Amino acid sequence: MMRWLISIFVAGASFLCAATAAQAFKVYVTNEKDNTVTIINSETLKVEKTFEVGQRPRGIIISKDGKHLLVCASDDDTVQVFDIKTLKLLHSLPSGPDPELFILHPSGNPLYIANEDDNLITIVDLEAKKILGEVPVGVEPEGMGISPDGKVLVNTSETTNMAHFIDTKTFKITDNVLVDPRPRVAEFTADGSQVWVSSEIGGSVAIIDPKTHKIIKKITFYVPGVPREAMQPVGVRITKDGSIAFIALGPANRVAVVDAKTFEVKKYLLVGQRVWQLAFTPDEKYLFSTNGVSNDVSVIDVKNLKVIKSIVTGRFPWGVVIASE
Amino acid sequence: MCVLLINKENKDNFLSSCFICTVLFIQVFLVGSVLNAQAQDVITKITIGYISQTAELPPNLSNLETPPENEGIAGGRISIDDNNTTGQFLKQNFILEHVHIGKDDNALTILGQQISKGIHFFALNVPAKTLLKMADAVKGKNVLLLNAGAPDDRLRGPDCRNNVMHIVPSRGMYADALAQFLVRKRWRNWFLVTGQRDRDKLFASAVRKSAKKFGAKIAAEKIWDFGADARRTAQAEVPAFTQGVDYDILIIADELGIFGEYIMFRSWDPRLVAGTQGLTPSTWHKTHEQWGSAQLQSRFLKRFKRYMTALDYQVWASIRALGEAATRTGSGDFGKIETYLKTDEFKLAGFKGLPLNFRKWNWQLRQPILLIHPAALVSVSPQQGFLHQRTTLDTLGLDDKESRCVLK
Repeated sequence: MMRWLISIFVAGASFLCAATAAQAFKVYVTNEKDNTVTIINSETLKVEKTFEVGQRPRGIIISKDGKHLLVCASDDDTVQVFDIKTLKLLHSLPSGPDPELFILHPSGNPLYIANEDDNLITIVDLEAKKILGEVPVGVEPEGMGISPDGKVLVNTSETTNMAHFIDTKTFKITDNVLVDPRPRVAEFTADGSQVWVSSEIGGSVAIIDPKTHKIIKKITFYVPGVPREAMQPVGVRITKDGSIAFIALGPANRVAVVDAKTFEVKKYLLVGQRVWQLAFTPDEKYLFSTNGVSNDVSVIDVKNLKVIKSIVTGRFPWGVVIASE
Repeated sequence: MCVLLINKENKDNFLSSCFICTVLFIQVFLVGSVLNAQAQDVITKITIGYISQTAELPPNLSNLETPPENEGIAGGRISIDDNNTTGQFLKQNFILEHVHIGKDDNALTILGQQISKGIHFFALNVPAKTLLKMADAVKGKNVLLLNAGAPDDRLRGPDCRNNVMHIVPSRGMYADALAQFLVRKRWRNWFLVTGQRDRDKLFASAVRKSAKKFGAKIAAEKIWDFGADARRTAQAEVPAFTQGVDYDILIIADELGIFGEYIMFRSWDPRLVAGTQGLTPSTWHKTHEQWGSAQLQSRFLKRFKRYMTALDYQVWASIRALGEAATRTGSGDFGKIETYLKTDEFKLAGFKGLPLNFRKWNWQLRQPILLIHPAALVSVSPQQGFLHQRTTLDTLGLDDKESRCVLK
């Protein structure tokens, strides 16, 4: 009898949960010129809170256990670690100068940081808070992608115009692939079979086979009435099933929707001004884009490929990350 | 080597260990020498020359800022390092050779000496006259000159040369950049004050053309012909000099800075100053931080303990352009690099928010132009709303149809 009641209760509870639906996620946006982070609720699509962080915050990620928020405070030459619940600054990590973007090993540790001023990748142990090593790369390293198995790190260097393939065991560069000018972001597909590299000034996205290090395809963009030189791809996100890629086109004020199988551009979604970084909600229902010049984020409905809302943030929203619970 | 592998407890294995060891040794030796040979063969050396000549220094007024001694070449040094960071991954090695043409030196002799060292590419900061002599002396040879210092419009017009590419904007581009901003602000009536030097007259002429092009009006024009040192007399002279004219803004044409700084705050009416002083067009400024330029600024500041100047930037861009072409063509070959620089494929990431390439009708680098005052960046031209069928960058300077340049 008791067991029966419990199962009814559990069933009812889960039904209720499903009905109240869609989970609300927390969206964290760094405001480069305000030295703050804006927190947005992904269901109400409203700003919940804005809190102060270090100077010139850019890259932002969440630790694997979901407890910490990591922010590149570029002008403070440090990575700040916040308690995600209390938003208190717990400590800073040694990061090397001018950290811009970073990525976690799929296991949750270590952290790989691109030091834009020093032509270095710094590898930091999150627990020991110690630098494990440095990899010299090209001039102005920025984009950081890591293969799903954690074996290969891909870094892009903006002035050297290369994607550097780095062995995460030996910290050695295994290959350098020349791409179009000013590569900004490197993003692996979920199955690890491709790495997409966006070139801001080159106006293209190169899709590289991480096995052969050959460029399989180069995607370019065209919107009638928008100058070709305004097509400046930066942020790249690909759905987990590998079907659709979203590419932020900077001052073209659009996010391109690309069929990730045929590499054909399907659609251009009009968002705010100077769109750079992108992030999916964990259920891939929404994609958020940071629009630096219009000081807002756009919310894209992934299923219907529509921009449904823009939400005002601080000045020059730069990076975005979304908590999975 | 074998001896090291002897294991006391296992002497039986000695022979086989020794055999493996020998094979390994031979292999290592062979592979090593092959690699060495490859490395020697494959590294391409690309030497870039930088030739500078000072035309006329600003007057030696004791309390004025003098330009840094390493201005120009400092930009070149950062640039060659940027090229080499890429080069190390592509087996290209870039070398920078700098020569300064002194008072008693012959520019052509110096150029000849550099060419005989096997240098084909030069960044130049020399006056237009010297530049033309150099270009004509090397016509038909495998030599390409990148103009980093001479803004003269005639070099992009009737005196253009096929072996000269211009990194520095022309006076026309500078004046257009300023004009667009002033017109957008609706400050359309200009009071133009010109200094006595030829270069001042050239800038004034560019300002007049820009006024016509963008619909502004030269409300009045005067030549500044007071003495050389205006510091103590300006307060008495400038009010009278600027009295009785109805205008929105003073435009100064004083490239060497003889009097221009002393006009602001002393004019009869409370008016702003622009041109060669006040609000000035430039390729670079210490407060420019957009489009990744903060990184180049801090690289420069760290190394030279001073801010990067416009000339530093122009030399940087010249040498980066050559580096970019060498990287893309994967070659140090003169023909390949020159051809690539002249195609639409060429894209220089010059920290201006857009890819930069050359105009086919006079080999001028298209580029946005910063409008600055001494302590801040004010705006970047082309201004919003000034359109062009090709690219908005072509609203600055001589367009295809206007240019009297015939490349040969």
